[in-house]
Amino acid sequence: MSKKVLVAMSGGVDSSVAALLLKEQGYEVIGAHMKLWDYVEVGGDIYKDGRCCTIDSITDCRFVCDAIGAPFYVLNMSQKFKETVIENFVSEYRQGRTPNPCIRCNTEVKWYEFLHKAEEIGCDYIATGHYSYIEKKDDGRFMIRKGKDTTRDQSYVLWGLTQDALAKTLMPLGGLLKSEVREMALRYNLHTAHKAESREICFVADDNYRRFLTEYEEKQGRSFASGDIVHEDGTVLGQHKGTAFYTIGQRKGLGIAYPTPLYVQKIDPETNRVIVGDNDALYKDELIAQRINWVSIKPPQKEFDAEVKIRYLHRPARARMTPLSENRLHIKFAEKQRAITPGQSVVFYNKDILLGGGLIEG
Amino acid sequence: MKPIYLDHNATTPVDAEVVEAMLPYLNVKFGNASSVHSFGRDAKVALENAREQIAQIINCEPSELYFTSGGTESDNLAVLGTAYHLKNKKNHIIIGATEHHAVLESAEYLAHHEDFKLDLLPVNREGFVSPAQLKELISEQTALVSVMHANNETGTIQDIGALTKVAHEKGVLFHTDAVQSTGKIPVDVKQMGVDMLSLTAHKIYGPKGIGALFIRQGVKIVPLFYGGSHEKKRRPGTENVAGAVGLAKTLEIAIKRMQADFDELSKLADYFIEKVTASIPDVHFNGSRQSRIPQTVNLSFEGIEGESILLALDIKGIACSSGSACTSGATEPSHVLTAMGIDKVVAQGAIRFSMGRSTTKEQLDYVVSVLMEEISRLRELSPVYRKGK
Repeated sequence: MSKKVLVAMSGGVDSSVAALLLKEQGYEVIGAHMKLWDYVEVGGDIYKDGRCCTIDSITDCRFVCDAIGAPFYVLNMSQKFKETVIENFVSEYRQGRTPNPCIRCNTEVKWYEFLHKAEEIGCDYIATGHYSYIEKKDDGRFMIRKGKDTTRDQSYVLWGLTQDALAKTLMPLGGLLKSEVREMALRYNLHTAHKAESREICFVADDNYRRFLTEYEEKQGRSFASGDIVHEDGTVLGQHKGTAFYTIGQRKGLGIAYPTPLYVQKIDPETNRVIVGDNDALYKDELIAQRINWVSIKPPQKEFDAEVKIRYLHRPARARMTPLSENRLHIKFAEKQRAITPGQSVVFYNKDILLGGGLIEG
Repeated sequence: MKPIYLDHNATTPVDAEVVEAMLPYLNVKFGNASSVHSFGRDAKVALENAREQIAQIINCEPSELYFTSGGTESDNLAVLGTAYHLKNKKNHIIIGATEHHAVLESAEYLAHHEDFKLDLLPVNREGFVSPAQLKELISEQTALVSVMHANNETGTIQDIGALTKVAHEKGVLFHTDAVQSTGKIPVDVKQMGVDMLSLTAHKIYGPKGIGALFIRQGVKIVPLFYGGSHEKKRRPGTENVAGAVGLAKTLEIAIKRMQADFDELSKLADYFIEKVTASIPDVHFNGSRQSRIPQTVNLSFEGIEGESILLALDIKGIACSSGSACTSGATEPSHVLTAMGIDKVVAQGAIRFSMGRSTTKEQLDYVVSVLMEEISRLRELSPVYRKGK
């Protein structure tokens, strides 16, 4: 009997082609869309097109599944998403950190709740449209490698995946370029072939996270307290609207007059202060990573070198890695890096192999 | 194996006789019922004939029957239309706690945007409202009471006559959503004493897109649509003649078969309930065994989400439903079961099987065998169920 796979479909071209490829490879394919939020909850323009979790996207999934002959379901995971992703997103900003909600969603929702649903449905695997490879090594360990299309590499958001999860996951787009995926969608006349992609945070419909935070907290009867914007030398330069609205390295929107450009250096919710300084001060050569998950290698005991990414669009930088404990790590870069931001994910590579990742402490 | 359809409360296939009756009004006698020429006349006669037939079945005057696009529109027209008409005099609405969203969300709209006060009439464990409680809720300000005849999720049948009596003693208008009952059990507007009643065709082997609202002579409503004098200006828009003819034929057949279908479905449902509860542990029947549309069987399987059972059954070729379906297709916890005071976890595991004319004992035997297998497999995977045992 052919193996059964539940494909996570967003309504975009990538997951559509992933489903198509698996069907062609002889899998029994079932499509599913995770309903994670609705506009009533998150605000924004309900009629804006092209977003995940909108009725239009769900309809697109239906067309694709119908075309490839797969059943399709909408799975309601909005409660879980709210509890584990949205609330964490808000609380991280409140604590002066800058979260990656997509990564949180991957580990808590996609590779947990969705995987569980797949088991319930009787599927052997789940599949996604990530441009990455999952490979089984000789020692039985699963590893993640960057996909062939390095411009679309999404391995950064996959560092939280456990070995158990990887054993049950297929990523059929690893060996393809985006252009090939689109070409294939066109060739098969898939409904989603021409769809533009969205790379923003799905539940912040207008890409304005400050608007989102304000409205979300208002609904809970909470607000943000304004406070001082302070220069590193201690001078008070102006007022901020709430520390949650600022992120490390930010220059625009500070609303202060100063002879030279100033950047956010530190966010201190304890004292309700945003500390600013010049660009040079943003460069640091070390960080502590915590809540480490090792993907392609066993937890290392000794020091080693790796290439390290400190944000999604960061060019990997050479660094010395020193394990402090099972899930804490000291990272010392060969060269200083700009705007190391607490709360962001830090991901380690050996060439194209994703070794593991964690969260920047602070 | 041919898929088994156990979702007749969602919709039904159109009876071949109904299709046959409708066809001429789609192609040959296609005229606009408002036109003065012969094509229009043919259509108009068919439309009015249909109205007469339906009126006779529900025991009202043809002039009291208004065609709509279906149950949702009828419910909206009744609730919103009455409220808009009375809004300068009264500002209170009472509806049953287990109403269909068509009534519930119309009433909520009035509460949020029109300064109406909304009261939900509570239900007991089996889904029944109480006339005494209705009496307590009614005030000088009450414009309308709306309580459904039979519930879509549980099939529970309310004693509408007792409720209209209470409302009318206080001079309050009464609407009932009879979408799930018309054609399945006797619906007589005079006996029930209602001022308005919604019905639809597609739940009883008729086409989608046609329904009707009975509005008692003298009851005033404000229309929701504008743009013509159709349906005495209460529901403008070119009449759906084929639909109206289909609705009339649908009801005609339903009435003829009513007793036989009722008896057969009662037998099948009882057989199914006994067999499931005997072969699977920790199953709960939701609703009333006594006073219910017999084809509706709502069961909760402890420790599993309804959604999971629904999907597992679909994969095995069995179509049923969990909670009420919504546009996106995502399932949500049922407001009906929670209003009945059913524990949230138990409500989450609810599945509605709704049988129909095509249902056989053999099909139900197969469903039970699949259920036994799937429920025990899903419970193995369920941390909630294992913890409880």
